Amino acid sequence: MTLDRLPIGKTATIINVGGAGALRLRLLDMGIIPRTKVCIRKVAPMGDPMEIRLRGYELTIRMDDARKIEVESCGDGA
Amino acid sequence: MTFALVGNQNSGKTTLFNSLTGSNQHVGNFPGVTVDQKTGRIRGTRDCYVVDLPGIYSIRPYSGEEIVTRDFILNEKPDGIINIVDATNIERNLYLTLQLLELHVPMVLALNMMDEVRGNGGTIDIKGLSKQLGIPVVPISAAKNEGITELTDTAVSAAKHRTYPAVIDFCPSSAVHRCIHAVSHLIEDHAQKLGIPARFAATKLIEGDDTFAEKMGLNQNELEMIEHSVIEMERESGLDRNAALADMRYSFIEGVCAKTVIKCSESKEHIRSVRIDNLLTHKYLALPMFLGIMLLVFWLTFGVIGSFLSNLLSAGIDWLTGTVDSGLTAYDINTVIHSLIIDGIFSGVGSVLSFIPIIVTLFFFLSILEDTGYMARVAFVMDKLLRKLGLSGRSFVPMLVGFGCSVPAVMSARTLSSERDRKMTIFLIPFMSCSAKIPIYAVFTAAFFSRNQALVMAGLYISGIVLAVAMSLLMKNTIFRGNPVPFVMELPNYRLPSLKSVALLIWEKARDFLQRAFTVIFVATLIIWFLRTFDIRLNVVTDSSKSLLAMIGQAIAPVFTPLGFGDWRAATSLVTGFTAKEAVVSTMGVLMGTSVSDLKNALGTLFTPLTALSFLVFTLLYTPCVAAVTTIRKELGSRLMTVGIIVLQCMIAWIAAFAVYQAGRLFI
Repeated sequence: MTLDRLPIGKTATIINVGGAGALRLRLLDMGIIPRTKVCIRKVAPMGDPMEIRLRGYELTIRMDDARKIEVESCGDGA
Repeated sequence: MTFALVGNQNSGKTTLFNSLTGSNQHVGNFPGVTVDQKTGRIRGTRDCYVVDLPGIYSIRPYSGEEIVTRDFILNEKPDGIINIVDATNIERNLYLTLQLLELHVPMVLALNMMDEVRGNGGTIDIKGLSKQLGIPVVPISAAKNEGITELTDTAVSAAKHRTYPAVIDFCPSSAVHRCIHAVSHLIEDHAQKLGIPARFAATKLIEGDDTFAEKMGLNQNELEMIEHSVIEMERESGLDRNAALADMRYSFIEGVCAKTVIKCSESKEHIRSVRIDNLLTHKYLALPMFLGIMLLVFWLTFGVIGSFLSNLLSAGIDWLTGTVDSGLTAYDINTVIHSLIIDGIFSGVGSVLSFIPIIVTLFFFLSILEDTGYMARVAFVMDKLLRKLGLSGRSFVPMLVGFGCSVPAVMSARTLSSERDRKMTIFLIPFMSCSAKIPIYAVFTAAFFSRNQALVMAGLYISGIVLAVAMSLLMKNTIFRGNPVPFVMELPNYRLPSLKSVALLIWEKARDFLQRAFTVIFVATLIIWFLRTFDIRLNVVTDSSKSLLAMIGQAIAPVFTPLGFGDWRAATSLVTGFTAKEAVVSTMGVLMGTSVSDLKNALGTLFTPLTALSFLVFTLLYTPCVAAVTTIRKELGSRLMTVGIIVLQCMIAWIAAFAVYQAGRLFI
């Protein structure tokens, strides 16, 4: 499953970070790396981007970019 | 001694900088980029300076800010680094710390917001953290001014004794560990020659930084050996090179935090943030709340506070002008000098100074919105809309401010983190019809479209927006082609802004504007005064139609004939509009020989409804005023691009007005 498909409020473990170039490096730098847990907080009013929580802070990423992050669902809450 | 202040965005870096330096700050630009370089002397020291580097998350050579930081530390070789870390978000903040440690410069960790951590029942073992990282750690609270003296002392002592970070090996024995060590060993000589730490060079080469490989002068054989050990590492760890390095750093940090940090379950500040966000980024309420907040800011700025201060200021200027005027008359001073002082200097400076209250008030509100963390939410809410134009949500507010005044709008584009977005936003701001054009619209619509006044005005604003959209789509596919900077943005907890930071920012913006006001803008108004006062033989004119300005108007008037208003008076008014847009109406009044209040009756002799509409479209779009142009020049850092904007806006204005006039003639 990819991160954009994860329902709001659910937590998942990152398996693989795709994408390329500056975007991918930025994702990695922000701590989006395999084995990290992320939780979906909400989606912006116009349906994009989304707000996620990881490593104790909130981050916003676009749906297109979330589609490049592979996750494995692991239950509720952060 | 010089210190570099480095840290993540939202870590309280600016607040710490202000606490460290007080008001002895000097703002400049880093060479080649429009990134602020603030330097200040540290309070209580005689010769210790601190340079505020841009807020970054990593030292990668991808954004201007990151390159500036890296180059500053490698080339300017500061005596020490003060790395500010947000203790409430320590894991991600330490990621940058580990990269900074590789640079092998004496370093101190300023652990900010410790009061918040303690207030929520958390603790951080300062001694343990210091031991794990191999550098001194000082707990501080920049907002409350706690721990600043201790931080200064520690930093100065580390720099004086050249205490280098004790630990720079954060890889537990693993594939990555072996790879880094193999590569560092291989390139040690090259790195030493360049004066770059071998470990830092090794990680850069593993990351695949080609410019670095070139700079180090590695031969084909060495490059192949590096590539070989990297591939070996990728195979063993099951991650690609970049993910493996990020994983190594975060794993090390997790280990450090597990030993030294006791987190509380959920902080009060975070719970409060989530509550505020439930409202401000609510599915249905977010947009109305945002519009409400912006309307309030506009109303307060341009209506209540701004206009109050403006009136106060103009009353002061009027009083001074009156006093000087009667003084000059009483002493029977030469009329030309009299006119120079009153009509040139006083009215010129006066019209420029009238911007100050608006800039000050607007920046007061904007910096509060920025510092509380609301701007990040605006970007979150608006991103989808702006992305279609090739921008990100961050550009929304500067463009919105453009409807008030282009000067603060262009200034506020400074908060955009990407240079490309900043430039594109500045290009689009002139399309947002500024409030100084309202008097022009008001007079013309009252004279020609009294029944549809609101409709015509709204039409003008919308035309500006539509053209901006068209323009951005064009730019996206031409000069600003290429990938926009990734929109991966932190949503920090809401925080109360520090009044000191807000005040310093306002002061900085006002001072910056005043400097330009008394140089470029002042000269421009004097030139217009000169052209208006003298004729071609340098005699003082009595009939305004004989002045040099009128001659220029007559010379360029034919340009406007295809637009329907080839009269020299219209052309002359447009020329004076360059100093300030309000001047269009007042000049026209002077040239028509009527007062501004009677102008709408007199305009009937010069314009038809159709040519009036064409004229309005032209004023909507043509060159920004001189105050805006100098601001654009400063923020873009390029004279060529600024001239480009002026020429482009005039061309677009001409074409649009031509289209309106010619299309109108077909129907009428």
